[in-house]
Amino acid sequence: MTDETVISAKSLDLTFQTDDGPVHALKDVNLDITKGDFISFIGPSGCGKTTFLRVMADLDQPTDGTITINGVSPKAARESRAYGYVFQSAGLYPWRTIGKNIRLPLEIMGISKSEQKERVEKVLKLVELEDFEKKFPWQLSGGMQQRASIARALAFDADILLMDEPFGALDEIVRDYLNEQLLKLWHSTEKTICFVTHSIPEAVYLSTKIVVMSPRPGRIIDIIESDLPDKRPLEIRDTKEFIDIAQRVREGLRAGHSYE
Amino acid sequence: MNSFFLISIIFWIAAWIINIFIGQSALTKTKMVLPPILFGVSLLLVWEASISAFDVSPVILPAPSLVFVKLISSVPILWVDFVQTFVKGALSGYIFGCSAAFVVALLADRFKFLERGLLPIGTFMAALPIIGTAPILVRWFGFDWESKSAVVTVMVFFPMLINTIQGLQMSDKIHRDLMQTYNATSFQTLIKLRLAAAMPFIFNGLKICSTLALIGAIVAEFFGSPIKGIGFRISTEVGRFALDMVWAEITIAAITGSLFYGGIVLLEKVVTFWHPSQRGRSE
Amino acid sequence: MNKAVLPVITISTFIVLIWYSFSIVLNSSWALDKAERNGQKLSFSELVHDTWSQKKPKLPTPHQVGYEMYKTIFDKKVTSKRSLVYHGWITLSATLAGFMLGTLLGILLALAIVHDKATDLSVMPWIITSQTIPILALAPMIIVVLSSIGFTGLLPKAVISMYLSFFPIVVGMVKGLRSPDLLEIDQMKTWSASRFQILIKLRLPKSIPFLFTSLKLGMAASLVGAIVGELPSGAIAGLGARMLSGSYYGQTIQIWSALFTAAILAASLVGLISIIQAFVFKRMMVVQ
Repeated sequence: MTDETVISAKSLDLTFQTDDGPVHALKDVNLDITKGDFISFIGPSGCGKTTFLRVMADLDQPTDGTITINGVSPKAARESRAYGYVFQSAGLYPWRTIGKNIRLPLEIMGISKSEQKERVEKVLKLVELEDFEKKFPWQLSGGMQQRASIARALAFDADILLMDEPFGALDEIVRDYLNEQLLKLWHSTEKTICFVTHSIPEAVYLSTKIVVMSPRPGRIIDIIESDLPDKRPLEIRDTKEFIDIAQRVREGLRAGHSYE
Repeated sequence: MNSFFLISIIFWIAAWIINIFIGQSALTKTKMVLPPILFGVSLLLVWEASISAFDVSPVILPAPSLVFVKLISSVPILWVDFVQTFVKGALSGYIFGCSAAFVVALLADRFKFLERGLLPIGTFMAALPIIGTAPILVRWFGFDWESKSAVVTVMVFFPMLINTIQGLQMSDKIHRDLMQTYNATSFQTLIKLRLAAAMPFIFNGLKICSTLALIGAIVAEFFGSPIKGIGFRISTEVGRFALDMVWAEITIAAITGSLFYGGIVLLEKVVTFWHPSQRGRSE
Repeated sequence: MNKAVLPVITISTFIVLIWYSFSIVLNSSWALDKAERNGQKLSFSELVHDTWSQKKPKLPTPHQVGYEMYKTIFDKKVTSKRSLVYHGWITLSATLAGFMLGTLLGILLALAIVHDKATDLSVMPWIITSQTIPILALAPMIIVVLSSIGFTGLLPKAVISMYLSFFPIVVGMVKGLRSPDLLEIDQMKTWSASRFQILIKLRLPKSIPFLFTSLKLGMAASLVGAIVGELPSGAIAGLGARMLSGSYYGQTIQIWSALFTAAILAASLVGLISIIQAFVFKRMMVVQ
């Protein structure tokens, strides 16, 4: 792991006006993300975790402060296709097969048909969906659709992956399996992953760094460096080290009045 | 009482009882075809029997058998009328009006100012009795099929316009955000996402307009027509009390309307195969 | 709602401007012919003035139509045969009579379809098919047949309006009565609700939005039915009759003013239903 900073936010603010007065979705957020990190953002609704992800993706614009991705503005980063985005729901187009869905970003980027075919096969293998290339999204289960969505985000080889509660709508057993898969993927591709969740075990299991946030105004309460080993079987969730980190996360959430 | 009439009543009752039984049993696609057919046939039988039983004059209501005979023997005339009204009048107006509406909807989608103005105006216009423009359009385009085509064009334009505009607004935010993360141009987003997502609405508009097109062409002929056309034939034969011919023409119009609509439904199944309503998931 | 005001006004103004220019274009040939026969040459402003004030123009201008409407609505006695109020009322009365009957029968049939399987299976396919059939083509026949057995005037037109509004109401009400999902009906059953109670407390309230959509469609269809019903009887009374007689005698301004009156009538009727709808939705806390 090199010590190169890929994402840097300084005094980031995002305030928007509503009928009930201004809402501080993000206030004075300072964060540096190193290349190859797996960062989880955790907090209750309204703490700004999704907003921060969307600002990184240039889907929302900050009202104050600076943020750079790979040294350039989010807009420039988006235009140079520096990241892949995975939404809460798979967002696959029902009129395209799984294979065609994965091709979508590649078509838009003007990648050649032969290269497209290669990449689709590669990412389908990574998420273990090789047999489903010709199927339609509604023929797949929720978990499989999310895997396809992740495959689509991996297809154009961006170094950064932004994931917004991708497993939130799935049951816990599927979730555990996908957590394992995601970690395996991260190891083999060495991408920088920013992951939003509201599950403490998920955050601790997956990350090298955990950012605890709290609402009103949306801000960072604590940044926890995880000292868990790189290779993590699911059973690691019952070890003392894991529980200690989870406890620290919980304390951060309590300090941010998340349980009130 | 006339024994035929009695038989037809008994048939009706029997058919109804059969339908009740079918209704209470486990339904399959093939079973569901039977009740409407039984109902229709029993209706025709009672109609036929009542005419002779109650001695109804054919200038009030002709018997189905009379209509059928007239239909078979008048195929050349019916064909000429069909071509005049449907092919020349309704179909041309339908194609022209729907295409024009589609293009304007795309423009409105590109220029939001236009969209905000056209949507209320279009909804307003779609509720108006546009058929009333028929005499005006006959004055401009003459008696022949061109004026009927013009009436149909105006009639289908507004419903198609508002359906297409609504369809283009239909894509989910998540799909559009996704396009933004790919830095797709608005043209790419239009072609790859929004047009496909708009198809259910576009077909809804096409179906509604298919009915309007045929009605428009026929009724426009009531306002003036050369000596051919379904509407023309109906109004003149009504004047001569040749109701069997009128019913024959109406039958042709009904068959045309159903086939036209049915054709669009088939096309819809192919294009929007992915939509929940086509997959039988929702009611 | 406010965001639409400026675009609507702009586009409407634009349409009016285009209309005036088209009047010049379409009426110019007649004006130029007349001038040629009189050995005159017309300047542009004279041409414009002429094309905007002809007696039987190919395209009357907005102000000509407006003036004619004003004259025949406000300046004529309501009982006069030239009054648009008189003709409007003839058409309106047939429309309303047919509409109310069609709505009543439509709701009754919808109730039967939803509660009786045999009716559903045998009749509903025909109702749906009827939407693809140009029913309006039956209008001349209905008029003539009914008048030959002695029913003239309002009744035949009301019959046409009735069956034109009947079908959308049936389709809409069936959709609405069937709109509660399985969960909601099961819940009713756990409370041992009878079919009648489920109807009154669940199906009917849930069908109200569908009903209003169908009412608007049915109302517009009824009006068209009443207008078309006036054509075969020789064009004596009603807005449709005015349009037809206008086209026989080349009185284009008369056609346009009758058409616009019909349009205003349609918009008012549908608008009235929308107002009632907004009121009902508010009371029922329906979120659309």
